[in-house]
Amino acid sequence: MSDIRQFQTHPEVDVATESPLAYSLQRSGAPAITSTSQVILRERPCLGHLILRGGAIVLDEALREVLGLSLPSQPHGLNHDASGERSVQWLAPDEWLLIVPGGEEFSLESQLRDVLGDSHVSIVNVSGGQTVIDIEGEMARAVLMKSSHYDVHPSAFPVGKGVTTGFAKTSAILRRPSASRWELVIRRSFADYLYRWLLDAGEEYGIGVER
Amino acid sequence: MFYIYCPYCEEHREEEEFHPKGQAHLARPEDPDACSDEEWGDYLFFRNNPRGIHHEMWVHALGCRKFFNITRHTVTYEILETYKMGEQPTITAETEASRPAATASSTDDRVSTETKGAQGVQA
Amino acid sequence: MSQSAKQPNRLAAGGCVDRNHTLNFTFNGQAYTGHPGDTLASALLANGVDLVNRSFKYSRPRGIVAAGSEEPNAVVQLGASEAAQVPNVRATQQALYEGLVAHSTNGWPDVQKDLMGWIGKLGAPFMPPGFYYKTFMAPASMWMTYEKYIRKTAGLGRSPTETDPDIYDHMSQHCDVLVIGAGPAGLAAALASARAGARVILADEQEAMGGSLLDSRECLDDRPAGQWIADALAELERLENVTLLPRTTANGYHDHNFVTLHERRTEHLADSAPSIEGRRQPRSRLHRVRAGQVVLATGAHERPLVYANNDVPGNLLAGAVSTYIRRYGVIPGRRLVLTTSNDHAYRAALDWLDAGHDVVAIADARETPDGELVEQARARGIRIIPGSAVIEASGSKRVTGARIARIDREAFKVIGPVETLDCDTIASSGGYSPVIHLASHTGARPSWNETILGFVPNTVKGVAAAGGARGIYPLADVLADGADAGAKAAASQGFEAVFETTALPRVPAIREGEACALYQVPHEKTTLRAPKQFVDLQNDVTAAAIELATREGFESIEHVKRYTAMGFGTDQGKLGNINGMAIAARCLGRSIPEVGTTVFRPNYTPVTFGAVVGRHCRELFDPERYTAMHQWHVEQGAEFEDVGQWKRPWYYPRHVNGRLESMHEAVVRECRAVRERVGILDASTLGKIDIQGPDAREFLGRVYTNKWAKLAPGRVRYGLMCKDDGMVMDDGTTSCLGENHFLMTTTSGGAAAVLEWLEMWHQTEWPELDVYFTSVTDHWATMTVTGPEARKPLAEITDIDLDRESFKFMDWREGNVADVPARVFRISFTGELAFEINVQANYAMHVWKTLFEHGDKYGLTPYGTETMHVLRAEKGFIIAGQDTDGSVTPEDLGMYWAIGYDKPFPWIGKRALSRSDTRRTDRKQLVGLRPADPAVVLQEGAQIVFDPQQAIPMTMVGHVTSSYYSPTLESGFALAVVKGGHQRLGETVYLPMADGTIHEAEIVGTQFVDPEGERQNV
Ligand SMILES: [Zn+2]
Repeated sequence: MSDIRQFQTHPEVDVATESPLAYSLQRSGAPAITSTSQVILRERPCLGHLILRGGAIVLDEALREVLGLSLPSQPHGLNHDASGERSVQWLAPDEWLLIVPGGEEFSLESQLRDVLGDSHVSIVNVSGGQTVIDIEGEMARAVLMKSSHYDVHPSAFPVGKGVTTGFAKTSAILRRPSASRWELVIRRSFADYLYRWLLDAGEEYGIGVER
Repeated sequence: MFYIYCPYCEEHREEEEFHPKGQAHLARPEDPDACSDEEWGDYLFFRNNPRGIHHEMWVHALGCRKFFNITRHTVTYEILETYKMGEQPTITAETEASRPAATASSTDDRVSTETKGAQGVQA
Repeated sequence: MSQSAKQPNRLAAGGCVDRNHTLNFTFNGQAYTGHPGDTLASALLANGVDLVNRSFKYSRPRGIVAAGSEEPNAVVQLGASEAAQVPNVRATQQALYEGLVAHSTNGWPDVQKDLMGWIGKLGAPFMPPGFYYKTFMAPASMWMTYEKYIRKTAGLGRSPTETDPDIYDHMSQHCDVLVIGAGPAGLAAALASARAGARVILADEQEAMGGSLLDSRECLDDRPAGQWIADALAELERLENVTLLPRTTANGYHDHNFVTLHERRTEHLADSAPSIEGRRQPRSRLHRVRAGQVVLATGAHERPLVYANNDVPGNLLAGAVSTYIRRYGVIPGRRLVLTTSNDHAYRAALDWLDAGHDVVAIADARETPDGELVEQARARGIRIIPGSAVIEASGSKRVTGARIARIDREAFKVIGPVETLDCDTIASSGGYSPVIHLASHTGARPSWNETILGFVPNTVKGVAAAGGARGIYPLADVLADGADAGAKAAASQGFEAVFETTALPRVPAIREGEACALYQVPHEKTTLRAPKQFVDLQNDVTAAAIELATREGFESIEHVKRYTAMGFGTDQGKLGNINGMAIAARCLGRSIPEVGTTVFRPNYTPVTFGAVVGRHCRELFDPERYTAMHQWHVEQGAEFEDVGQWKRPWYYPRHVNGRLESMHEAVVRECRAVRERVGILDASTLGKIDIQGPDAREFLGRVYTNKWAKLAPGRVRYGLMCKDDGMVMDDGTTSCLGENHFLMTTTSGGAAAVLEWLEMWHQTEWPELDVYFTSVTDHWATMTVTGPEARKPLAEITDIDLDRESFKFMDWREGNVADVPARVFRISFTGELAFEINVQANYAMHVWKTLFEHGDKYGLTPYGTETMHVLRAEKGFIIAGQDTDGSVTPEDLGMYWAIGYDKPFPWIGKRALSRSDTRRTDRKQLVGLRPADPAVVLQEGAQIVFDPQQAIPMTMVGHVTSSYYSPTLESGFALAVVKGGHQRLGETVYLPMADGTIHEAEIVGTQFVDPEGERQNV
């Protein structure tokens, strides 16, 4: 066995898959989007999530080589590749979150490990443990203000920023990939609670959920 | 509700994101077996409780998960500095004592930081 | 005609009320009308309602005194329906709406004829200060009865007995400058900082912004004040960087410029928040503001004078008289006497005269009043009596006269003959107290300012007071001070000030004469013999009470406050505090600054519980964490147990013979299934930490008590974790995935704490070790298949060789389970053969259901945490946090096999095991207990004694930590900690219960089932 044991979690055949919000969408429902909906939610399920830990310089080099994506070196940086489908976010001075289309994570981890060689890094697949929720609409910011104490004013939260912060009575990663769209990266076990929280907070703004 | 500057995130965050971990700069004895029971007991259980400057360890639990230290005034609750693990405070009870008496004065006549004797009885 | 008849005190013109529209409301069951723009208080006064309450202690009739949040008497119970009841609403702060229903808070059972009145009539000696302490002290057993009666009589309002239909929420706000109060200072401050580009929040507690300008006689830029307010608000509304929050009270100022604002969003519209398009709107919202700078533009409260019977309805603050006339078009009486220590209060007399009614006289405590307003009053023919004051009001349910006399303030004496004037209203003013509550909330003490005769705030860093809040009263100065404060606040946040003083409105200067210091007015009789002179109307504290308190030795103002209840509760000393301090100072022969002030506490005005709770209630009260198989558990009818925030299946009751099993029946069935065939547990909640790095193994050796140097890839080991005091904090298994790669599991509740623990040691003590920790708790779903037949269902759906020789106990293997890549761990928490299957959580439901498709024929039975507990306890497996409590060492648990005494590094907890205390032989040690009566299941937490015959209090020697009924043993059994227990096997102990029964039990080993450990190896 090698020093680090990589593990392909995806089955080779099609099996039933349930995203973290699958149960919630069924139980709590998904309010329809209407012309008066000022907030819209959308789950982007089953993406590939990797936690990278290590030195910024070696990880940056490896990521550039493998994905053509540079590692944000400043706190709260969030970089996307040209397609916008792959992103890397600063979580701590030695920790980043890499999100890629679902299924890419195993080969990506292998490629990164090949490039990184003996460097002391850690790459951990957490794809089953979290999910991404998009939040859009003119009152999206109001819903966030009801949910998090973090300052989401454009002057404090420009596009390309991401933070880990308190959200309702738990924590979440809050990101702003574009001027009109926010992303929440939440843990699987808290997904139902946070989904119910968001529906409640968005009720007065006619929140709708895209399925 | 404190507003704490995380030296790793390089910005202020709400107290809810942090966990206090007690007195800072407590080094674990290199060779615990060489400590007397009393020395080991001191390390385990005895902590300072000063009125004034206090160095405390906190962790940004809901954020970057990094541990760091703060220098806090236990009367005014003002956080005078935060610094990374491994760094030393620039403000200590000694540096405060050697500062000129007029420390509380301010250039702005509206603002006074004088809160000595502010320990009111709690209603 | 009809309208004025209905509202006898409504003026024909003037004020901001809309006389074209009528609103109906009821007060104490009586129907009245008012207009949009009215508060409940102004509408009551318009209708001539004098009596709004009974006082707290003496049950005296009380009327409206003030026009704002300082109102002490008109505190009402609001709500037309039971569910909509809201207590402690100030009528002066409640906008009138159609259908409003209000009741007096006090005055049970009837505000007009009061049962408690007799106590008040008995007079002062019967209810001296400290009355409650002294009278209801003994016997102590009666206190509950007394308290019930006092509370009911005192009538602090009541909460609804039905569910509140409304919702409330919280919102976080951030700004560069928070301006509290939208009077002239606040508006100027907001304009100055907003024009500089700062993010500004302007909050004001009233229905309309404008503060004192709303009833000002003065013109700004030669226009009525209202027009300037409108212009200023219009500009602020246009600016994107400004948030205006009307009807919003800043209730608490907390550390580091954290301010809680209570915004009443729909309270002015109806009893219950209206829905819009079927969407519920929050009734009120708590804004949690983190501000760069705070400008306190909270203005000043007028102080009433303290004279005899100053609580009879018809005694008002001078400023309130002006407000009711000018803002609401309401004249609160017909014949006014004004008693004052200053010029400013003359406005009330002038406004009264303007409204067309009689001003009988002005008693001015100063010898030679000569300011501009005094001249105006004189010119209009008002009789001014210098050197005098109202010493006593006549009347009981309404003022019928004022007794006026010359007074000597220095000597505290009446020095002239008493003249009685016929009047129905007495307006009083003893000067103004800056509203310093918020500035005091974090503990900063204010200073006495002899010029303005009031306390001014000493603010901490990041806060500034402006205008009236720091004792600046002339309008032009207030505007300039506000603008200056706003500009400086913005500048301190990096916004260059662009505010020119020329941008301030022109205000004609009014020459004011100097005010004199007057608090309590002397009476012909001594304070103790004179009719009651009230200091704190809400808490019924009199001048005599304060004098008595000082005589009884209470010298600290904080003690006087507690002894007399002055400034308590919802009042927070708004009207009475300064007068009370002045009286205490006089009695103690000290100055006011020497006596000092009490500390004000949040909240400034009451906040409903709904707003405090926000949306953190009912199904959103606390996060509920679900595993990937949660839906299946729900569909199977599982009962759930809270483990931390997790919802874990507790047991799965089945319908047997048309009846749902009891918990006991279900657990017996589940236990038997596992011991006899095969069961399955959702173990996903176990904490899981991925550990990578060349020093991972070394790190494990330091944080676990046992050895990790030789654990090979493919193997699993149980580990015990201690704190450095040697006490067990957590346990779990850790698998070696690769030479530099481990997967640690923790208890379900301990996951976050263990991860933080590992990070702490790595970051603070051993940063030189190359290792990283990452939580994978949610990534993996875990299902445990266990029982003698565990291999059978699993073998049908996996390509892993499950043979006992190739897949040994404490091995892990990779392979597919139900076509899904899985890691399978052969570890056991039941004592039976067990396979713990980890799969990526998104595929977990598929694997789980497939296991059942194949497991049904083997009797695969889902079991919950209760069965898990029984099975693990039968094996003597501990639960950290249940069988340990932070005072239990590994040795106390008898787990010597898990202690690496000879490991090279002094691992965490090692040194403590050789302290004298941990070496004691009489430490409480983990043992098993077998009740003498097998039908008995001992209570967890029950105390243990050696000798049941001893006298009470008995010497307790331990307690039960885990206790269950074992279907295998057909008996109750327990784990317990007992002093020196390891040396007492076979001895009998006793457990005396609260009901007098004494259980007997035998100390036995901790392994009740299969002590040889054969079963997990089948
Ligand atoms: Zn941080």
